[in-house]
Amino acid sequence: MVEWTAEERAAIQGVFNKLDYESVGRESLTRCLVVYPWTRRYFGGFGNLFNAEAIMANPKVAAHGIVVLQGLEKALKNMDDIKNTYASLSEFHSVKLQVDPVNFQLLSDCLTVVIATRLRTEFTPDIQAAWQKFLAVVVSALSRQYH
Amino acid sequence: MSLSAKDKLAVKTFFDKVASKAEDIGSEALARTLFVYPQTKTYFSHWADLSPGSPQVKKHGLTVMNGVLSAVGMMDDLKGGLLTLSELHAFMLRIDPANFKIINHNLLVVLSLMFPEDFTAEVHVSVDKFLAQVSLSLSEKYR
Repeated sequence: MVEWTAEERAAIQGVFNKLDYESVGRESLTRCLVVYPWTRRYFGGFGNLFNAEAIMANPKVAAHGIVVLQGLEKALKNMDDIKNTYASLSEFHSVKLQVDPVNFQLLSDCLTVVIATRLRTEFTPDIQAAWQKFLAVVVSALSRQYH
Repeated sequence: MSLSAKDKLAVKTFFDKVASKAEDIGSEALARTLFVYPQTKTYFSHWADLSPGSPQVKKHGLTVMNGVLSAVGMMDDLKGGLLTLSELHAFMLRIDPANFKIINHNLLVVLSLMFPEDFTAEVHVSVDKFLAQVSLSLSEKYR
């Protein structure tokens, strides 16, 4: 089981409190699709993803960004058992979506970069450490049900 | 995933703008590497103080960042330009190349928190590609 210190819980909750899901969700997913263009393979139904401007303006990307952050909020609300909270989500990503788990880390990294642009110097090394630990647990839980 | 003309221009323009902050960028990136990925501290057992803000971290952060900035001027032949530095890392420092990805990630985090308006998605992809190429060139002499 993952152990969280009081400081880590506070740090992670603190980051969430400052997140505008719409803005951060959209930009994180956009960056993922721009910085790692091969990830577009999973979004064939999203329409125009041909360049950064198109992706940023794409309403399906915006909507999906919010979905991703709402998913992360589930992990936040169940921090002491992310593994089981995410069991069906993991199964879904494996069987239905067939997403290579490598991509979870790519999106995580983009999310961290976007949060850094929003929080700036408030995103201290210890907050970064707690946040990345949280994302690592999420990534691991999402990858768990693959078979 | 080699650098296109567009990538090279984006990298050069961005780093020309931020070069004056080399010490801040480098030391912050190194500090976060040591703090967020504690396994990296194993390479610095000879330092007294590994905490963010320590004089050794600051000085070495600048060294690393100056290396990155000099690589900006070598984009037409990174392998050739970084040969000596590769030998240093391969034979003397013997840093596992997996760690290059870690410091690159922290460079991106620091660049985005320090320059949020300039570090757009397009600049992000070009810089990420550039840092990956630098890492590859640094790994050249390992085996």
